[in-house]
Amino acid sequence: MLWTALVTMISDMTALTLLAEVSGGASDSWFWIVLTGAATNIACALVGCFLVLRRMSMMGDALSHAVLPGLVVAFLFSGSLNIVPLFLGAVVVGLLTTFLMQTLHQYARVPSDASMGVVFTSMFALGVVLIKKFVSGHFDLACVYEGSLELVVLAETVVGLPRPLFTTLVVLVVNLLVLILLWKELKITSFDPALATTMGISATGMHYLLMALVAVTSVASFEAVGSILVVAMLIVPAATAHLLSDRLAVMVPISAAVGVLASVLGYVAARHWDTRIAGMMTVAAGVLFALTVFFSPRYGICSTVVSNLRMSLRVLREDLLAMLYRVEELDRAKRLTPAEAREAIGGGWLSRWSVAALRREGRVIMDGPQLQLTDIGRESARRMVRSHRLWETYLVEHLGMPLDHVHEPAHRVEHFIDEQMAQELKANVDSSKQDPHGRAIPE
Amino acid sequence: MLPTAFEIHDMTVAYNRRPVLWDIDLEIPEGKLVGIVGPNGAGKTTLIKAALGLVPLASGKVEIYGKNYRQQRHLVGYVPQRESVDWDFPVTVRDVVLMGTYGQLGWFRRPGKAQRAIADRCLQQVGITPLANRQIRQLSGGQQQRVFLARALAQDAQLYFLDEPFSGVDAATESAIFELLHQLRSTGKTVLVVHHDLQTVRDYFDYVILLNMRLVACGPVETSFTNENLQMTYGGRLTILDEAAEAMRQREPER
Repeated sequence: MLWTALVTMISDMTALTLLAEVSGGASDSWFWIVLTGAATNIACALVGCFLVLRRMSMMGDALSHAVLPGLVVAFLFSGSLNIVPLFLGAVVVGLLTTFLMQTLHQYARVPSDASMGVVFTSMFALGVVLIKKFVSGHFDLACVYEGSLELVVLAETVVGLPRPLFTTLVVLVVNLLVLILLWKELKITSFDPALATTMGISATGMHYLLMALVAVTSVASFEAVGSILVVAMLIVPAATAHLLSDRLAVMVPISAAVGVLASVLGYVAARHWDTRIAGMMTVAAGVLFALTVFFSPRYGICSTVVSNLRMSLRVLREDLLAMLYRVEELDRAKRLTPAEAREAIGGGWLSRWSVAALRREGRVIMDGPQLQLTDIGRESARRMVRSHRLWETYLVEHLGMPLDHVHEPAHRVEHFIDEQMAQELKANVDSSKQDPHGRAIPE
Repeated sequence: MLPTAFEIHDMTVAYNRRPVLWDIDLEIPEGKLVGIVGPNGAGKTTLIKAALGLVPLASGKVEIYGKNYRQQRHLVGYVPQRESVDWDFPVTVRDVVLMGTYGQLGWFRRPGKAQRAIADRCLQQVGITPLANRQIRQLSGGQQQRVFLARALAQDAQLYFLDEPFSGVDAATESAIFELLHQLRSTGKTVLVVHHDLQTVRDYFDYVILLNMRLVACGPVETSFTNENLQMTYGGRLTILDEAAEAMRQREPER
């Protein structure tokens, strides 16, 4: 399952390499910038999916700030910006932060969101104080926020790669390995921590592991893209993928793909409008998310609106048919004109459309100036009226509802009663020939 | 004499020092269908969670087939309350049932063909094979409960703990679940069920645990599910227990 994720990513990367070759290497700095952005975004998206699913999205924000004192202390002890001590510092402080948040919540009865807010801001403040007190010049706070993606190519190289890219790739591989090795453990502890714990898969243990990964990922990404992009990339691609997929094994690769797309689009937009690249990548991710909210095939706003509209049109058409049937039933000779029919179901363009649709479907034809049910039309109308009257009878007989209260509920329910339910209703009512108003229930 | 499947010795469970279960002492022989009955807040769910090691014990011990829970996890299946998980989680019905096999698999190993076969068989047993590929949000309450049950079956346990499997399910599901519990019993499994409907206790169970912060009775339905015991269970809390619990929480002797 996870191989799909791997394959997606590898093919994403090959595509980028190809692009770089095509561009002829005249100025291949864009290639390294996009690649660094993409690697960061994928690394973030991988752990971000689990943050989103565990309803802990803001932990990304919290941890990426809280690790600051860890970074400063690591820097002070090692005297360099070497990545290994920085990672160690981040992991230690990340776990400490997680522990403090849980302890405050559990034992001091601080609400969990408040304990998160208190702990991470305090840690961040501690970090700022440590910098002011002990570090001179080496630490650029502005850089922590915005990153310096533009300068990636100017960085020293490690095994032929710019250092920020190398660091990010290491973290990406670590995240990927953890996901592959502990896929089922991460999945079950996210879905049902209690059951997982009874099986011997410690939910608390997996929680700390995930938090350590988040801490490392955000530290690795700081230098290149800055903390704002990190926070966004931990949440936005994962939230987007959540809207698009029904399976975890699909959601994770989609979130990675969204991350890659955001880095490419963000780069292009930043060049076009001549702004900061990391910022534009965040904006691009936001735009992709917004598009998904509107146009996601299953849970998008548009598809909901469309299906609601389709439903109300169906209800209108069926109401219209049932009405024509009742008119016919009352007076064999009487017919309605299209205008009268439209008026009776509320008027407006929806009713106009409904009449037209029924004629198109051949359920209603024009007989001179008047509407006339066809055989097919009469058949569907008959079923509708039958459901309506069976339901009314049921309400009166079984729920003891007064006569004047049963029409409205039956009118709403009639559209949703299929043949099987109608049979059941029929078997359940005594007077299956007549409804409570004394009208015949059609066979 | 049947072996003892589940045993609790002098167990007290407390949240923030405030005891919610007092000195519970009980023994359940193998192969029984056991109803855990008591009013809201009686500690029914806590009893199960304590047995499964999900909440710490203030004192006493729990034994499963004579040993500590940690050594016997593979013998235990668990169905938590339906509301305890996020039904929007991106998994299909089959994925969830497959999770039942994770305990047996151990760390790092992935479910393979054998596990998928188990999952499919369990899906069939609870009658939801046609729903296997659905995302779990699209199911009705009864169907969701069946998914949980199938997952528990996939755990292939000897002793099952079910937390309110009948809550919010339709009549068809209720009888299907009951049928299944009978099957489990007939293969020598022991099943403990948190249950709310006093009407059906006699029909469904052969053993009953009556609980209201303390153990009122534990034994065969015929001898333990009596009016007198029910009155003791539901006839209001024993206020002295509440008062003592409150005093312990505040760490002040009652004057």
